[in-house]
Amino acid sequence: MPRFILHRLLQALPVLLVVVTATFFLVRLAPGGPFSDEKAVPAEVQRALEARYRLDQPLASQYLSYLGDLVRGDFGPSFRYPGRSVDEMIFAGLPTTAELGLYALLISLVLGTAAGVVAALRPNSAQDYLPMSAAMIGICLPSFLLGPLLILVFGIWLDWMPVSGWGNVPGDKILPALTLASGYTAYVARLSRGGMLEVLSQDYIRTARAKGLPEWIVVLKHGLRGGLIPVVAFAGPAFAGLLSGSFVVETIFQIPGLGRFYVQAAFNRDYTMIMGTTIFFAVLIVAFNLLADIAAVWLNPRLRHQYRKRAS
Amino acid sequence: MSGEALQAERGVSLWRDAWLRLRRNRLAVAGGVTLILLCVLALLTPWIAPYDYRAQDLALGASPPSAAHWLGTDTLGRDLLTHVLWGGRISLAVGFVATGVALLIGVLYGTIAGYAGGRVDAVMMRLVDILYALPFMIFIILLMVIFGRNLVLLFLAIGAVEWLTMARIVRGQVQTLKQQEFIEAAVSLGLSRWTIIRRHLIPNTLGPVIVYTTLTIPSVMLLEAFLSFLGLGIQPPASSWGLLISYGAETMEEYPWLLIFPGVALSITLFSLNFLGDGLRDALDPRIAKD
Repeated sequence: MPRFILHRLLQALPVLLVVVTATFFLVRLAPGGPFSDEKAVPAEVQRALEARYRLDQPLASQYLSYLGDLVRGDFGPSFRYPGRSVDEMIFAGLPTTAELGLYALLISLVLGTAAGVVAALRPNSAQDYLPMSAAMIGICLPSFLLGPLLILVFGIWLDWMPVSGWGNVPGDKILPALTLASGYTAYVARLSRGGMLEVLSQDYIRTARAKGLPEWIVVLKHGLRGGLIPVVAFAGPAFAGLLSGSFVVETIFQIPGLGRFYVQAAFNRDYTMIMGTTIFFAVLIVAFNLLADIAAVWLNPRLRHQYRKRAS
Repeated sequence: MSGEALQAERGVSLWRDAWLRLRRNRLAVAGGVTLILLCVLALLTPWIAPYDYRAQDLALGASPPSAAHWLGTDTLGRDLLTHVLWGGRISLAVGFVATGVALLIGVLYGTIAGYAGGRVDAVMMRLVDILYALPFMIFIILLMVIFGRNLVLLFLAIGAVEWLTMARIVRGQVQTLKQQEFIEAAVSLGLSRWTIIRRHLIPNTLGPVIVYTTLTIPSVMLLEAFLSFLGLGIQPPASSWGLLISYGAETMEEYPWLLIFPGVALSITLFSLNFLGDGLRDALDPRIAKD
């Protein structure tokens, strides 16, 4: 197991290097410098600005010093908001985004698993078709459509929920969390249905039933453990996806999270902020994929065994 | 008698078999028919759109659905049906063209990696693994911000993201195929590598490729709609469903139809594609074939 983790960690490094390099040079390739659309500034100010953002140095040394800063966890100053660092802005938005992502993850795991298990108990019956059709709706209604629709129905027509904000009015976290969760809930439902169907046809389930155990114990105790492996493997990347994919929801509901900052930075051409957030999201995604891989090996005795054999 | 049975068995080719199975799946058929209808509408848009694309009626302003404007008008008095039709043209075009780009890159890349094997394969697939781990949504936004928002770049950017899974699927297929006798026969006949790839390997990977293509189109259309919604995709005066939804969301309180109709158009398309894709997968998946 430690060998496996080390192996995966070493695999993650080149990925991160590619992300950093690609982001850095893409941003440098941008037509016009970051200050070129600014009103004419005195030459000294221009030089001072360039020195501050290291634009006066050759590209290679800019790249190396950016790498060096990154290793120390320093994303540099913001281009658009003088006096604020990218780190500050990332950590100002992260807690909100993480909270939103966590709620969405919980909703999708609980609802999705329940729907998937219910569907798998009676395949090809109404009990299967109903939740699975709902899952199809979850997949086909994108968040940027579902969000406004939920606001329209529950916020405006029925007037049950606040239409925007985060943590200002009680209940204003419900709609954004639901919107963000819908697609993932659908995937979890499909995954857990598939997993449960496969597990429930196995011999040890028949044995459990033959022992005379009540059906709910067979399903919840013996079935769920194996049936949920695909869901667990999905949860890690899903959380990374929820964090990095929340910008639509944050934009729609005007939530001051990382995603909204990113979209704003994209519109403001705040280059260091764009680079910083891109790299930060990449690190998150790589880290959660890594965790998911480790969890998958840990949960599945067959994979564990296979890996041990290969390592020895 | 057994000869007759054999005859009957042989009469059903893989494709015919799949077609029969697909036809029995009512949802998939409905999806396919709806999709064809939508494509016909998109192709005929310049002739059937009830109003000129640029026509405004500022005096009328936003009006709910009526006999003159079936889906109503927007705040500038433009006919929504006309805009949904034109927007659909672009959304579908992005869906098909970007998927085409992904298909081309993915199939070629996957076939070469799978056929070459060994070190070439290892290096090529490592690259795919690395690209897989990138936060692509964010990279596309980055590209659109840096290089301006143009349609060709959008096609390329989306296509460049979506080829990865295709390459993996095709590679897996080719790896199993190349160990089969008919490839050995082709090699011993002295056919060139390229001929073998083109004539024998690629045609035999078609099943999974078709299935995955059908499922890629909706995800590409979603990506476009999503970018347009954020204001980073299709730019006015051009239109797409994502852009219409984004306008609709801004004014939904007073004029809900501006959000609902483009939303319905997008959802119907996505539903159709997903149902057709699922149906094709069930019909073409060799693992559950013949049961």
